[in-house]
Amino acid sequence: MVNGSRESRTPRFEPEAVRSSVIAAISLLAFAGLVVGLVISSPNWPAVQKQFFSPKHFNASFWDVAGGFITNIEMFIISMLVIPVLALVVALMRSFRGPAFLPIRVISAAYVDFFRGVPLILLILMLGFGLPALDIPGLPRSAFFWGLTALSLSYSAYTAEIYRSGIDAVPESQRSSARALGLTQWQAFRYAILPQAIRNVVPALMNTVVSLQKDVALVSILGVREAVREAEIYAARSFNYTSYLVATLLFLLISIPLTRGVDWYVERDRRLRSQTMI
Amino acid sequence: MSSGTISNERKGELMKIRIFALFTVLGLLLAACGSDSETESEGAADAVDCGAPPLKADGVLTVATGEPVFPPWMEDDDPTNQKGFESALVYALADEMGIDTVEWVRTGFDQAIAAGEKDYDFNIQQYSITAERDEVVDFSDGYYQVEQAIIGAADSPAASAGSLEELKGLRIGAAIGTTSLDYAETVIDPAEEVAVYGDNVAAKSAFDADQVDAIVFDLPTAYYITAVEIEGSEILGVLPREGGDPEELGMLFEEGSPLVACVNQALKGLKDDGTIDALEDEWLNQGGSIPSLDS
Repeated sequence: MVNGSRESRTPRFEPEAVRSSVIAAISLLAFAGLVVGLVISSPNWPAVQKQFFSPKHFNASFWDVAGGFITNIEMFIISMLVIPVLALVVALMRSFRGPAFLPIRVISAAYVDFFRGVPLILLILMLGFGLPALDIPGLPRSAFFWGLTALSLSYSAYTAEIYRSGIDAVPESQRSSARALGLTQWQAFRYAILPQAIRNVVPALMNTVVSLQKDVALVSILGVREAVREAEIYAARSFNYTSYLVATLLFLLISIPLTRGVDWYVERDRRLRSQTMI
Repeated sequence: MSSGTISNERKGELMKIRIFALFTVLGLLLAACGSDSETESEGAADAVDCGAPPLKADGVLTVATGEPVFPPWMEDDDPTNQKGFESALVYALADEMGIDTVEWVRTGFDQAIAAGEKDYDFNIQQYSITAERDEVVDFSDGYYQVEQAIIGAADSPAASAGSLEELKGLRIGAAIGTTSLDYAETVIDPAEEVAVYGDNVAAKSAFDADQVDAIVFDLPTAYYITAVEIEGSEILGVLPREGGDPEELGMLFEEGSPLVACVNQALKGLKDDGTIDALEDEWLNQGGSIPSLDS
């Protein structure tokens, strides 16, 4: 459809187009109807409806869960500020050239191997309950702090690898050309390699952002009361799961615009680039 | 498929599908907006013959419990050893009902309360009976009257707190799904939000990490934890109950289970002949008397 109108500039209400969109709409409705029909005709639907879709419990749990969601957003924003920087440092360390920098490369590789290899939930438990229990003076005890630290360390390892793939994808000739123009090694990296590298990996980075936004909920195992934990508290108290629906909707409220926004950005970037190439 | 080649017959068919789809969607909307229809079938159990109780598996009492299970309710994470209050109680109950075999299954908390038919007869893991929960599941009569207690480090400021008022300034934790959490929030109502943990183990870890000053547990669990699990901790006091009736633990049945009446009958037998009192003395009342905290 998009291609058709762009290339041939035909009028929009061509009968063929109308017919196919009507059919598409009908087929969508029929499919939705079939799925919904199957669900609500199942013998246990009344009980499930009462337990998962109760307007009464939706209202009763909404503000608690929404209050917890503020904590999610706080944690999300803070880790979003830490991760890109830390990951870039790790990726930079990895791309140092020359035998003298071997220790730096090894540290970076070890960091990535360790924090990517340990399940995030274990990392949160170990940092959150383990480190404060050591009783080292000056070390913070807050579950919020350690949960965020674990999240940031783990996600930085993944993000560093994304950066690195982007850096590796920039042709070697770019570096040589920049050096030939008289840029220092650092300048070549900063002004020639890095901008292209990051542009290459924006979709992968944004994928990580969406994933991070949901994984923030894992910090709840340390006792932090974010949205999922608040929903669990409500469900455990009332034996009604509608609070989970509230949490689901709140997460979608953030993640759907986020993913649509990324799609839009990537598409625009692709269009701009193909135009400049022509 | 090209849409241009569609026959009239096919269009008619599609129209039918669309109408069907519309009605289905409308039906869903109505169902979603409709008032919660009560499908209570309590009372149907009156006609049940408890001489041959309606069990899920013939001649076998299938009982669900948590994973893991904790003392003093069960010992060594093994429900079959008849040690611990709830394990011993279930075997006494089976005996009273004339059932020779007890089989155990393990469930998570959420599984236990989800709607739908269960493949076990009932679930026992210190479920407190509340009216709100009773709308979704069925409970047996109470088998234990439970009190809530708060524990803290013996050498901390928490230990010298003699009233509820003095507890308000503490960092307090509780486990999810427990009425301990409700007590922490409504009875103590501390200045800092109560930290909530997935289970007692996580709550204890947070205590060890000095992230909370005090934790609320049910009294038997508090006895056990202060005596065995957290060195240097003590019970600071028992929290007063808000509202009139004492809190009771009950076995959890799927909504409308015909077995509830039979279990209640057997529980009454065990109460009347002193079995339950004896089990309480053996497993739960080891800690002596604990002062109650007042405001």
